[in-house]
Amino acid sequence: MENASLPYAKRTLSNGLDVIVHEDHHVPIVAVNVWYHVGSKNERPGRTGFAHLFEHLMFEGSAHHNTGYFPPIQRAGGLLNGSTNTDRTNYWEVVPTSAVDLALWMESDRMGYLLPAVTPERFETQRDVVLNERRQNYENRPYGFALMALVAALFHEQHPYNWPTIGSADDLRAMRLEDVQAFFRTYYHPSNASLTLAGDIDTERGFELAERYFGNLPGGPRPVRVEAAAAVTSERRLLLEDRVEMPRLYLAWLSPASYADGDAEMDLLGDLLANGKTSRLYRSLVYERRVALDVSAYQSSRELAGFFLLVATAAPGTSLTELETLIGIELQALIESGPTESEMERAQAQVEAHFIYRLQTVGGFGGKSDQLNAYNIMRGDPGFFQHDLARYRDATIESVTDTARRVLGFDRRVMLSVVPRGQRHLALPGAEPVSVS
Amino acid sequence: MTYADRSRLPDIGPDPAFTFPRIARHQLENGLQVRTVEHKTMPVVSMVVQVEAGSVADSHGREGLAAISADMLDEGTGSLSAIDVSDAFARIGAEYDVDVGPDVTAFTITTLARFAERGASLLADILLRPSLREADFDRVRKLRLDRLRQLKDSPPAVAERAFLRLMYGDHAYGHLPIGNPGALAALALDDVAAFHGERFQPSRATVVVAGPLSHDGLRDLAEGAFSAWEGTAAPQQQGHPAGDREVVGAPTRLAVVAREAAPQSELRMGHLSAHRNSPDYPALLVMNALLGGQFVSRINLKLREEKGYTYGARTGFDWRRGLAPFALQASIHTASTADAIADCFAEFDAIRGRRPPTESEMALAKASLTRGYPRGFETAHQVARAVSQLALFGLPDTYFEEFVPRVSAIQAEDVVSAAERYIDPARTVTLVVGDYQAVGPTLGALGLGDPQVLPADA
Repeated sequence: MENASLPYAKRTLSNGLDVIVHEDHHVPIVAVNVWYHVGSKNERPGRTGFAHLFEHLMFEGSAHHNTGYFPPIQRAGGLLNGSTNTDRTNYWEVVPTSAVDLALWMESDRMGYLLPAVTPERFETQRDVVLNERRQNYENRPYGFALMALVAALFHEQHPYNWPTIGSADDLRAMRLEDVQAFFRTYYHPSNASLTLAGDIDTERGFELAERYFGNLPGGPRPVRVEAAAAVTSERRLLLEDRVEMPRLYLAWLSPASYADGDAEMDLLGDLLANGKTSRLYRSLVYERRVALDVSAYQSSRELAGFFLLVATAAPGTSLTELETLIGIELQALIESGPTESEMERAQAQVEAHFIYRLQTVGGFGGKSDQLNAYNIMRGDPGFFQHDLARYRDATIESVTDTARRVLGFDRRVMLSVVPRGQRHLALPGAEPVSVS
Repeated sequence: MTYADRSRLPDIGPDPAFTFPRIARHQLENGLQVRTVEHKTMPVVSMVVQVEAGSVADSHGREGLAAISADMLDEGTGSLSAIDVSDAFARIGAEYDVDVGPDVTAFTITTLARFAERGASLLADILLRPSLREADFDRVRKLRLDRLRQLKDSPPAVAERAFLRLMYGDHAYGHLPIGNPGALAALALDDVAAFHGERFQPSRATVVVAGPLSHDGLRDLAEGAFSAWEGTAAPQQQGHPAGDREVVGAPTRLAVVAREAAPQSELRMGHLSAHRNSPDYPALLVMNALLGGQFVSRINLKLREEKGYTYGARTGFDWRRGLAPFALQASIHTASTADAIADCFAEFDAIRGRRPPTESEMALAKASLTRGYPRGFETAHQVARAVSQLALFGLPDTYFEEFVPRVSAIQAEDVVSAAERYIDPARTVTLVVGDYQAVGPTLGALGLGDPQVLPADA
C-alpha cells in the first residue's frame, strides 16, 4: 500500500520523558503533543471526574506564566486543546514553525510548575465550567445518560471503568483544592508522559529543544499500574426514562482491550454490522424492514478492557422487543456462519484507506503526533503503526467468526432500553429502572 | 545544555513563508466550471461538486425539497441499488459527504489517488443519473419525518430552527434544510425529479479537484466523469437570491421555547447583519475574533473563564450570499441565564465605542487570524473546500494570498466602526430554549418586553 508509514525518531531524556519527532515539511506548522498516562481509571469512587477537572486547570496558568494559556498561543497563530478519557490525558498545540519554542516553553512550564498557579478562585470557576460541560453534553442531551448507565452495568463498582470520565455531579462538587496537589505529584511528571513534535522541524533540533525546555524538570516514580478485571456473567435488562420521542435499544458486551487479541476483529465486526447502507444491520433494519431509524455498532477498546456496543432507534410502530429479535437473528447468523469473503474485503479496504487518510494532518486529536504518542504510551513503541495496520490485514473470516462467538454471548450482555418519560411499558420485558443523574 | 529562561515567554520568530495553492480554471464544453489545485503531500484526491441547489431554492410549502433531493441521489443509479452504491464507495474506501447549505449543495468525495477515477465516475453516476425510485423516496422521506420528531428533543436543533425563523421570517432562508413536517409529507417523487432536472445544470455548477496530480491530470479526472453532463438551462448569474429584502426592525426582541426543568438554557442572540462580499469583511472578522469568535474573545472570557456560567460561548456570522445573521450561541446554566444575557448585551454595546479594542486585543485578534491561516491548507479536502467557498461567493483566485495583508491592515477604529454599523443591541433578538418557569421571572429585568413563546417545532 502506498505511503502507509509513519516514520519517527525517539529518545528518552534522563528524567524519563519520552520524546518523539516526526518530520513533515509540507506546511510551516509544528504539532506539539503531550500525553500523560492518567485518566479517569486512576480515580476512585467518590472522587470521580477529577482527572478531567484537573485537565481544565492546566489551561489556567503555571508558575512562570501565571495567567491563561490560550492568549499566547492564539497570538502566535496556534491552536490548542486537551482531552481526558479513561486511560490518558492529552494536550496539544499546533503552531506556526516560528512559535515552536513558545509552545514547548508553555507545555514544560505546566508539566514542571503548575501548582503555584492553582488558586481557589480558578479551581471554583473551572468546577463550574465542568458542571456546565456536563449539563451541555450529558444532562440536557437526548439519550445523554445511556453510556453512563451502560458502563455502570458492565463494570462492577470498584472497577475504574464503572464511572464516566466527566464524573458525577456530586463528586465534582465535593472536590477540594488539596486533591489537586497530590494528583499532580503522582501523575504529572516527565516519566509518566510522552512528548511528540510533528511537522516542520528537523529531528535533531526537536530533540535539542525538548532537552532545553523539559530536560531539567525532575522525574518521578512511575505510577502503579491499575489492574482490574471485569466480568458480565448473565443477561441484564435495564431501563432509563428520558426526554426523547423514540425508544432506543443499546446492547453491550465486554470485549477485548485495546490491541488485545480480537480487538481488531471486533472493529471489523462493527463495520460489517452497521457501517453504511451495505452493512448487515442497516440493510436489514433500516433499509429492508424499516423497523429502525438508525443503527450503529462499534468496538470501544480501552487499556484495561473494551466493550462492544450496538445501538438502534426504533421506528414508530416497532417495539424494542421486535428490534431485539431481529438484531438477534443477524448476530446469530454471523456467529454461526461468519462474514463472507466479500464483506471482509470491503471492510479491510476501508481500514486500509483510513490508515492513509489519518496521515494527512500533523496535529490535533487523531493527527500524526497524537497517534505516535498513543502508540508510545499504550504499546511502548511509537513505530506500532505498521503492526496496527497488520492486525486488520491479518484478520480472517475464521478469526472474526471466532471472536464474534467468544464476545457476543446472548447470556452475558447488558440490554438497555431508553424510553420516553412515563412510558416504561415500551422497554424490553423485565427491564429494571436504573437511576443515573 | 542551556535550559529554558523562565523569566519570560520566548519570542516568536518571523512568520514562515507559505505558498498558497495556485488555482487553475478550466471550462468543459458543456459549460461546467472546473477548478484544480495540485496538492502533492499525500496520495489522496478530494473532489467537490457544488450545485445551485441549496435550501434557498425550496419554494414556500416545499421546505425540505433541496435536502431530500440531495439525499435521494445516492439511493441508486443505473443498475445499482442504494445498497450497491454504498458498497461501491466502501470497496474503494471512499468518503462521500453531502452538505446542503443555504445557497448551494456540495457533494464531496475523498479517495486514495489510485481510486480517484473510479470515485469520480461513481459520483457522476449518482449526481447525473440517479434512479429516483418511489420505494426509496418513501423510505427516505419517512426517515426525515422521524428525524424531525427527534430534533424536537435537541436544544441546539430547536434553537437553530427557531432562530432562523426569527431572523428571516417566511423568506426562503428562514428554514433549516431538513424542512418541516407538513411540507415534507406533501412532497412527491416528481418534485424531486423536477428539482433535480432544473437545478443540476453543468452551466451552473462548479467542480473543484485537489490532489497529487498536475492541473491537467486533475482536469482530466473531472472531464472524464462530467463531460457527458448535458444541460438544459442557460448559465445564470450567480448573484444574491431574493434574500436581500429590506431589513426592518424585528418586532420580537425576546423569544422563549419552553423546555421543562432543563438544566441549561440554549441561548441565541443576534440579528441580520452583513454580506460576505462586503468590503468590511476583514474588519468584521477581526471584530468577531475580538468579541466572541474564539476562546480568548471578550464574551467567552467573561461568561466562561470569569463567571463559569457556561462550557463555552461563541459569536459568528452565518455567511450566505444574501444578508447573513450575526449571532451569539451558548448553553448557559439555567440559574445564570438572565445574567449571561445582560453580560452579552454589555459586550455587544462596549465594542461599539464605550470600550474600544486595546492594542493588545487588536494584536491578538489579527495574529490569530493571519498567523494561523496556512494551517487550513494541510489536506486535499481542506483545500478543495476552501476553493469551493471562493466559487460560492464569487471571490478571486488571489483571495488566499490577499487575506493576510487585508486582515493585517485593520485598525482599532475600523473594528469600532464595523461594530457600530453591524452590531445593534436594539435590533438584537434574544432566544432562550430552556426552563421557562425558572428563567421567565428573571427575564423581565432585561427590559426586552414580554417574550414571544414559541413551540419546539416552530
